[in-house]
Amino acid sequence: MDFNDTSEEAAFRAEAAAWLKDNVPTQDELAGLDDIAAAKLWQKRKYDAGWACIRWEKKYGGREATAIEQVIWNQEEAKYSTPGGVFVIGQGMAAPTLMTWGKPEHHDRFLPKLASGEEIWCQLFSEPAGGSDLAALRTKAERDGDDWVINGQKIWTSGAHYSDYGILVVRTDPNVPKHKGLSYFFLDMKSPGVEIKPIKQLTGGANFNEVYFTDVRIPDSQRLGEVGQGWQVALTTLMNERAAIGGGGAGVNVDVAYRIASEVMIDDKPAIEDSAVRAKLADWYVQESGLRFTGYRSMTAMSRGEIPGPENSIGKLVGAPKTQEMASYCMDLLEMSGAIWDDKLSKEAGLLQLTYMGAPGGRIAGGTDEIMANIIAERVLGMPQEPRMDKGMSFSEVPTGSN
Amino acid sequence: MNFEFSEEQELLREQARGFLGEHCPPTAVRAVLNGDADFDEALWKKICEMGWTATVIPEEFGGLGLSYLELVVIAEELGRAVAPVPFSSSVYLATEALLACGSQEQKDKWLPLLAAGEAIGTFALAEGNGRPSVKSLKTRMGASGLTGRKIPVADGRAADFAVVVGASDSGDGASWYLVELDQPGVSRDAVQTLDFSRGHAVLELNDAQAELLGGEGAGWAATERLLDRAAVLFAWEQVGLADAAMIQARDYAMGRYAFGRAIASYQAIKHKLASMYVKNTLARSNCYYGAWALNTDSAELPLAAATARVGAIQAAVFAAEENVQTHGGMGFTWEFDCQFFYRRAKLLGVNVGSEGYWQDRLITAYEQNNAA
Repeated sequence: MDFNDTSEEAAFRAEAAAWLKDNVPTQDELAGLDDIAAAKLWQKRKYDAGWACIRWEKKYGGREATAIEQVIWNQEEAKYSTPGGVFVIGQGMAAPTLMTWGKPEHHDRFLPKLASGEEIWCQLFSEPAGGSDLAALRTKAERDGDDWVINGQKIWTSGAHYSDYGILVVRTDPNVPKHKGLSYFFLDMKSPGVEIKPIKQLTGGANFNEVYFTDVRIPDSQRLGEVGQGWQVALTTLMNERAAIGGGGAGVNVDVAYRIASEVMIDDKPAIEDSAVRAKLADWYVQESGLRFTGYRSMTAMSRGEIPGPENSIGKLVGAPKTQEMASYCMDLLEMSGAIWDDKLSKEAGLLQLTYMGAPGGRIAGGTDEIMANIIAERVLGMPQEPRMDKGMSFSEVPTGSN
Repeated sequence: MNFEFSEEQELLREQARGFLGEHCPPTAVRAVLNGDADFDEALWKKICEMGWTATVIPEEFGGLGLSYLELVVIAEELGRAVAPVPFSSSVYLATEALLACGSQEQKDKWLPLLAAGEAIGTFALAEGNGRPSVKSLKTRMGASGLTGRKIPVADGRAADFAVVVGASDSGDGASWYLVELDQPGVSRDAVQTLDFSRGHAVLELNDAQAELLGGEGAGWAATERLLDRAAVLFAWEQVGLADAAMIQARDYAMGRYAFGRAIASYQAIKHKLASMYVKNTLARSNCYYGAWALNTDSAELPLAAATARVGAIQAAVFAAEENVQTHGGMGFTWEFDCQFFYRRAKLLGVNVGSEGYWQDRLITAYEQNNAA
């Protein structure tokens, strides 16, 4: 048992590190570029040198790297502050779905531009009436000649306003049970009838959108899988979602909490000398450390050629509530001033307040805490699903609520 | 990255699990729990014949000279089986104390006996309620022997000798004494703990014959080092127990029906089990870190040990408590085996320092690591 790379892994790490050292964009290069332009610059540079989407086939811009090499690359790239993020859905979710369900002409046309960052994709799955119960979605598609005509509404679509393409699940038959009446398409986001409205979140920011479809036409050639097979295709995307989103290292961790607890006072002594404070920090350290070493165990499994399973759901299930609790507790340590959210006046320049306000999103996006717990109970521990009231029922007869 | 056990170590796990399945079934735990014996002597004899007590003892002292990675595999399986034997006292504490501080003569005398299971050792630190500290020690060496009262001492009646922590006027304020227990200066009455399947005693030392183990005034630092090492090994027992309690809860919930369906299909139960799985997984991964640090004598051992120990205490106690809860009324009966985990988890949770003690140690170690 050790933390060492194999000789092949060490050689790969050295090669990756050497390339990154010479090629990560400087602050000067990025000056004046907006986030998307900066991300595209860095992605194109990686693509040209064969460091984009490294697990993909060479003909689409990859280098046919192994899973463990991907992890090593991620670790090395994470040593630098590089622009990115906007390609996660396209490369991490749309591309694997295209690879599994698309035709060769789809691969040739779309995968290289996904890898190079020339085209950005978004995901049009969730609806006001279909979140955790995604298959309850209602946006409908009706066949008209070689096209399908789409009407309805999607929600929580990150990056819809700057995306070139979107992956879309719609209802093509309301008269069969809900999972059987879905079909899966991709579409040009500039298609007539697509209307995008940003959603203002409780943080005050707007990272998501509502997307409205009014008689939007999609050619049948942009369907992935058979008509009525959309749920199975969507599962390919969703399986990759949890890998793409992952645990997400938040800004408030034990190091930050320790720093704050060392600086603020309880009864005129540094808070960190208080045994209750130490106990809290210790528990969070146990969680952070536990996730880190669980990751090392997954890496070891990958290094041995195994595929990580649903047990990786714990990263988000532990990380998201912990982030919320830690931000909340650190504000408590500041007592009355904990409420101040101001770049200049707040400790850590407002990081605690920003993190706390954003934390509910982390516990919901990509599978709520409750859904993640279900996944562990059902897929890891083999426990049964709850009975479904809509099982076997035609979708059009499924009861709906007022929310 | 090779953060996993080897094939040989996995084979050892299989062998250990099979052995304990045969020789330490729930009926064996129940027999000790119901009876007067301090431990299962037949099982202990077989464990010693398997060489488990000899695992990390060097070959020159009659041991197998294997690594701590083998020992933690055995520890996990002993925890899973809730084995009623003095393994932790003799192996994680007494053997470790001798390996760390024994003179050549002391090692020559005791290690071969410990390896063969011909002697049982234990470690005597606590002197009653509250967190032991160097200032709280009342046991002391006088002109004619060691005098003091140690309570509770795990396996105090089964043991042939104890490593006793006594006060010292020099050095760090404590010294270790090796005390043979079958002598006029020692009396040892049974002390009942909440885990009836493990024997405990109160050691009354009245001018007991004792010899220094390690240097005069070096006993407190030695105690902290010993507890760090033992914490990792106890933590592995705890994750074994936590896993077994989780599986017992899951299996019961699958077979128990209420309102016309398996209670395992209710989210209230599923989420409880998912919480057990999460705690167990984090604890296990931290135990890997502890095992690595113990096995490589890493400077990170204090941090790794405390991290493993805190997570394992929490996982084992949670799994044991919620296993009873999942069983409902039947879990509260004497007849059901849920009580084994419930008793042992709490015992393991205090007997080399409580959750609070290790949380504090963790942050201290974190501070020292950052300063280094």
